[in-house]
Amino acid sequence: MKYQRLPLVFYGFFQGMGEVGLLFSRTVKNIFKKPWEKDIFLQQVEEIGVRSLPVVSMTAAFGGLVFGLQTYIGFHRYVGAGTEAYGGPIISLGLSKEIIPILVGLMVSGRVGSAIAAEIGTMKITEQIDALFSLGADPNKYLVVPRVLAAFIVLPCLTLYGDVIGMIGGFFYNVVVMGVNRFIYIKNTLLYLELWDITTGLIKAAVFGIVIAIIGCWQGLKAEGGAAGVGRATTRAVVIANIMILILNFFLSKALPASLGG
Amino acid sequence: MIQIIDLHKSFGPNKVLQGVSLNVKKGETLVIIGQSGSGKSVLIKHLIGLIKPDKGKIVVDGVDITRLREDELYKTRRKFGMLFQSAALFDSMTVAQNVSFGLERYSKMSQKERRKRVAESLAMVGLRGIENLMPHELSGGMKKRVGLARAISYRPEIILYDEPSTGIDPIRADAINDLIIRMKKEIKITSIVITHDMVSSYKVADRIAMLYQGKIIETCTPEAVKESKNQIVQQFIHGSAEGPIENW
Ligand SMILES: Nc1ncnc2c1ncn2[C@@H]1O[C@H](COP(=O)(O)OP(=O)(O)OP(=O)(O)O)[C@@H](O)[C@H]1O
Ligand SMILES: [Mg+2]
Repeated sequence: MKYQRLPLVFYGFFQGMGEVGLLFSRTVKNIFKKPWEKDIFLQQVEEIGVRSLPVVSMTAAFGGLVFGLQTYIGFHRYVGAGTEAYGGPIISLGLSKEIIPILVGLMVSGRVGSAIAAEIGTMKITEQIDALFSLGADPNKYLVVPRVLAAFIVLPCLTLYGDVIGMIGGFFYNVVVMGVNRFIYIKNTLLYLELWDITTGLIKAAVFGIVIAIIGCWQGLKAEGGAAGVGRATTRAVVIANIMILILNFFLSKALPASLGG
Repeated sequence: MIQIIDLHKSFGPNKVLQGVSLNVKKGETLVIIGQSGSGKSVLIKHLIGLIKPDKGKIVVDGVDITRLREDELYKTRRKFGMLFQSAALFDSMTVAQNVSFGLERYSKMSQKERRKRVAESLAMVGLRGIENLMPHELSGGMKKRVGLARAISYRPEIILYDEPSTGIDPIRADAINDLIIRMKKEIKITSIVITHDMVSSYKVADRIAMLYQGKIIETCTPEAVKESKNQIVQQFIHGSAEGPIENW
């Protein structure tokens, strides 16, 4: 019996990938078709972007602080007392390439991916999606496109904002709290941090944005079986998106060149 | 105007439609009756392409809509207005936005014309001055009527009513019967009405069709239905628990 379950799991996995792939390709095609749902797009930018600012601020600030803390300890212990100010570029690099994009991705997934799945799922089970269709609106174009596009654009913006907050956090801990030399800290950060490091983080964030929105929409559109079904879709949207974010993050880190300089 | 030919549809092992054939003539009102769960809603959802059949054809004005591409289907959908069983109002929009939703997509009206049409459509279903309310502020029956106003707002040629009177008080329900009859007389609208309410069936129907075990087992005029020799039909229209229909 046990080995009969295994192929089923694989079957589910590939079926899911197929569904998401189809949904994504339809969405990309629909981006270029009229009419362009500007109002919903702007509403989603507000929902995904502006309303995520408090969460992103908090996570980025404390992410920056704690990363600053451990880097300080690392330098102090292994390189020697007095060298802590050289941690600046390491902190900024780690934050902009990995920590901030991941934190933003996971936080927004929890906030927005779940909301998307719940909203679309509720529309599905109350026949509102059918009603959209009957009134001449393509549900994909009307619901999925604005959300995917908004998340694609907003996540890099949030990440850039998070980078700034996180780097201030790292700077604050080292320079203000621990009193390392601020000139060395800033000089080295500016010397070794490349624009590409920031860009890598933003590229990742854009990918995460697409993942969060498309998984949320996919689960919402699949929802069935009343309120419990919507609940399941919501949970699944967050869990699947979070796992995808962490997996994709590794492969993106591996695939994107570490530096453009060579 | 609409020909449904040998329509089959299953959901997994659940065979819902098993060879439904039905013709609807231009300008007539066809009432579909049948037990709860017999597939009435599934049947009319096929007509606007919301559900794709496993087998069979649906010909609307000479075009088989089961074979159409999305963008071609859009044009035939314009001909239909649908009142959903659950009303299916967009709960993030006001009543006015709900009713004008189809107008924005199916007509080239200016905003002013649209506002006028929204008020007109709401008045037709007996509602006034509720344009700015949200759906959650309405009673169940009001939602149903707003749903109807939304379906008729762009003046479709065919209106599909999924249980228009369920959840509405008897007086309002009769007003909706009158509306169905008036639209037929005045603007020659073709209607397909799903209902459990035999009184209103007799009142509005030109023909009554009964769906049973995935097939249409009877189609005839209201008078003929009363006289039907079919035991199943007799049991259903008299609403008795005794008879050939068992699994209810
Ligand atoms: N999307 C769906 N997926 C799976 N099964 C479905 C779906 N829609 C309907 N069914 C099944 O099809 C059958 C017919 O449903 P339908 O809603 O058409 O009944 P109905 O005749 O409209 O009943 P009622 O009078 O209660 O509205 C039911 O057994 C239902 O479970
Ligand atoms: Mg029904």
